[in-house]
Amino acid sequence: MTELPLIGGAPVAVEPRLVGAKIGVVTFPGTLDDRDAARAVRLAGGTAVALWHADTHLADVDAVVIPGGFSYGDYLRAGAISRFAPLMSRIIDAANSDAKLPVLGICNGFQILTESHLLPGSMIKNDHLKFLCRDQVLRVENNNTLWTSDYEAGEEITVPLKNQDGQYIADDKTLDALEAEGRVVFRYVGWNPNGSRRDIAGISNAAGNVVGLMPHPEHAVEPGFGPESNAGTDGLGFFTSVLNKIVGGAQ
Amino acid sequence: MTTSAETVGKKFNIDTVENAAKTPDTELPWAELGLKQNEFDEVVKVLGRRPTGAELAMYSVMWSEHCSYKSSKNHLRQFGEKVTEEMKKDMLVGIGENAGVTNLGDGWAVTFKIESHNSPSFVEPYQGAATGIGGIVRDIISMGARPVAVMDPLRFGAIDHPDTARVMHGAVAGIGGYGNSLGLPNIGGEMVFDSVYQGNPLVNALAVGVMRHEDIRLANASGKGNKVVLFGARTGGDGIGGASVLASESFDDTKPSKRPAVQVGDPFAEKVLIECCLELFKGSLVEGIQDLGAAGISCATSELASNGDGGMQVELTSVLLRDPTLTPGEILMSESQERMMAVVTPENIAAFEAVMDKWAVEYSWLGEVTDTGRLIITWEGEVIVDVDPRTVAHDGPVYDRPFARPSWQDSVQADTFTGSVQDAGRPSTSGELAAAVTELIASPNMCSKAWITKQYDRYVGGNTAMAFPDDAGVVRVDEETGLGVALATDANGRYTYLDPYHGAQLALAEAYRNVATSGAVPMAVSDCLNFGSPEDPDVMWQLAESIRGLSDACMELGVPVTGGNVSLYNQTGTVPIHPSPVVAVLGKLDDVARRTPSGWKEDGQAIYLLGTTAAELDGSEWSNLRGHLGGLPPKVDLSIERQLGEILINASRDGMIDAAHDLSEGGLAAALVESALRYGVGARIALDELMERDGVDLFTALFSESQGRAIVSVPRSEEIRFKDMCTARGFAHLRIGVVDAAGGKLEINGVDELSLDALNEAHEATLPKYFG
Repeated sequence: MTELPLIGGAPVAVEPRLVGAKIGVVTFPGTLDDRDAARAVRLAGGTAVALWHADTHLADVDAVVIPGGFSYGDYLRAGAISRFAPLMSRIIDAANSDAKLPVLGICNGFQILTESHLLPGSMIKNDHLKFLCRDQVLRVENNNTLWTSDYEAGEEITVPLKNQDGQYIADDKTLDALEAEGRVVFRYVGWNPNGSRRDIAGISNAAGNVVGLMPHPEHAVEPGFGPESNAGTDGLGFFTSVLNKIVGGAQ
Repeated sequence: MTTSAETVGKKFNIDTVENAAKTPDTELPWAELGLKQNEFDEVVKVLGRRPTGAELAMYSVMWSEHCSYKSSKNHLRQFGEKVTEEMKKDMLVGIGENAGVTNLGDGWAVTFKIESHNSPSFVEPYQGAATGIGGIVRDIISMGARPVAVMDPLRFGAIDHPDTARVMHGAVAGIGGYGNSLGLPNIGGEMVFDSVYQGNPLVNALAVGVMRHEDIRLANASGKGNKVVLFGARTGGDGIGGASVLASESFDDTKPSKRPAVQVGDPFAEKVLIECCLELFKGSLVEGIQDLGAAGISCATSELASNGDGGMQVELTSVLLRDPTLTPGEILMSESQERMMAVVTPENIAAFEAVMDKWAVEYSWLGEVTDTGRLIITWEGEVIVDVDPRTVAHDGPVYDRPFARPSWQDSVQADTFTGSVQDAGRPSTSGELAAAVTELIASPNMCSKAWITKQYDRYVGGNTAMAFPDDAGVVRVDEETGLGVALATDANGRYTYLDPYHGAQLALAEAYRNVATSGAVPMAVSDCLNFGSPEDPDVMWQLAESIRGLSDACMELGVPVTGGNVSLYNQTGTVPIHPSPVVAVLGKLDDVARRTPSGWKEDGQAIYLLGTTAAELDGSEWSNLRGHLGGLPPKVDLSIERQLGEILINASRDGMIDAAHDLSEGGLAAALVESALRYGVGARIALDELMERDGVDLFTALFSESQGRAIVSVPRSEEIRFKDMCTARGFAHLRIGVVDAAGGKLEINGVDELSLDALNEAHEATLPKYFG
């Protein structure tokens, strides 16, 4: 296991009852947002556990976040190499098992989840061909997943978006099925920033325990360090949703 | 060479030290490698014989202008001399190391540095800019710090020149492509278009890192018997440039004929290298460390050895190669990126290798530290370099280049904007003034930089408290206390062309003001001095005057220079760029939650203008728009800057202001529009009292670039306290308006109404229009 060397100390947990819930944050070579994801878990009240891609066990975590970055430099297809990490096999098994391990893939993590076939479709280069960093409005289309239950259905949230390969694509049959099954979890509102099919920003698996999205909720968890709208903490709900589910399930 | 040298090994005709001693009359390509006759003679004198091919490669690259600072060294000394004990108080590491280190308190230290990558960025903009970021980040890692942010001051040719788009697209994509992949937020920079930079764009890069005091590392090789290791990317043929003339070493004609003169970056390798180095530091596994940048292994071995016990033995065939056809000279000169050299005690070898294996980083043990005072490099056991490392790294030539005030300086200074041909039809009616404001904020240098900054990740790390377009970038260092740093970079080539001494001071004054505007206390300076050829006495005078001006101003403001870089020969033919000393100022915020943003938010808050306005339009952006450059730049008054800074910092600390924006290029007009557009909140402004007090007309009030000024927005509850503070300090302050959140416009008495929508459209449209 690697350590996530954070600068400075850990912020104080807000909800003591959630501290027992452990969320693993995976680091691959080239992962960038692992410290941010760990901070988001802590700010939501949970305990972040650092997981290393070469680990062969999940360290008894209750959920897993696969954070953003450029694992293996995105030199092949984004996520195509990371998908073969030993830890990914454990995550894939656990996500598909009866226990339905909650898994959230953000940006590069979403790309790794599609490469792992935990989620359908794929991401290609943004239609405008540039890296884009902006505060993005999303609509929560489905609040029945393990990662969105603290949001209202139809709620609009603002979280940062920052990527170069963010254009979600899938064939029409897959897209129709996703829509029919309510598995389109987030849609871009106002402007489609990368040409994603049907404005899709994030999707889930059929069971709703695996969610992937391109925008970065972990960058919208602390006032003053996220988007300038709505106190900048619209992303916190992802982490409180899963923590509440984990703690609720244990009671 | 080929006829007389002994043949060693299969591919190369190795020129050994023994051979060099025996063949004193061998012709060497020293001129092609950039050495002058007197410099080559000096090498022969130092060695007591002719250099070997490998030694010649090392001396030529280490004695180059870029590595030796031979033209500027005599002047740069002032940065070390004009320093008080008070200024040294927080300086933990000064000039001369990879980057300076400043004490932040609570056991924290910060290191930052700005460097140029100008010429590579013109030849190949993407890789030039990318490796500029890579190089400066490795300087920061070398100090033992975790890099936490980058910034990028950019200067390009005319916005409408056909080649500018090539450089702009490439450089911005390169900075983004590399920096975004490292997980370092880009928190600010500059963007200037001027035809003087057409063939010589300036791509400067700044990186900042933080560490605990006990983690500071230095580049020295100490402890006889300690091992020398090279790790990271393999060594290839990139960036060799002039070394190709040493190809006579080779008689293998199958080798690649074209070598890229510009290095190629691999940001993934660099990201892994960052994490790997931090893990080495954490385990105290390295005694000394040095990044490989310009001059590659030549620089790293000679600097590590001469800064430590003075001796090192290295076997060059142990270097892992990407291109097996490289000759010894080429290996020594290669500028392949993402490489580090470290010194490791024998006890730590196993632990060191475990860290390398964990991160899948390649490494090779090259040799060890000795106490002989000699740097010995062998090739399959044959000695090809035997030098005193100091003579390579530190005792290069130093020149007192002749300099003189240019003959044209007086006539340029006499050509003031007011009354010039270009000043005809100066706007005066309310309609003309409104059009002038719109024209200004849509102009290439004053327009929105969002086209650039949205291509950079400003969020990664989760510690960015402020970034572009605010006055300074602010990064949190300690999550428990909120301790953080603020950074700003500034330069004005036009001011510096008109008056190099004061122009350099104006760059410092603006960066200092920007940092103070954010609420931070300025602490340290790093500078990147971009100039033309030092062999031109006019340019040399600009350089000498700029250094003298900057060092005097640093002394007066009490902020020491902790490091930097000089970039010379930025000229096309005999035409140099404007002298462009880019000054970066670092400040400290006890709690980044107290930072002051530049935009207005709350309806009804009072807007105050701090400082006074004189008729100072020479060198201004308005005169630039009208195609004029002459006269004298705005006056510098550093005591005013200091007082203004204290007011802004105290007001921020005590919660007296909600927004602050410094006045610089574009004057009050630009500042008002920028503060309004930041959050889309307008204001009602009246400048009658200002015009009366300062004796200027409305046009001058709006477009003059007088220094030592800022606008602030003050909550009504704080107004008395704020005014009292300014009065007590005797600092000019004037209420010029009120924030109007509902109106959606900027109303200035005497100027036709400016709707925020129209201003925003004009401000945002310019870069997309030219660059897509």
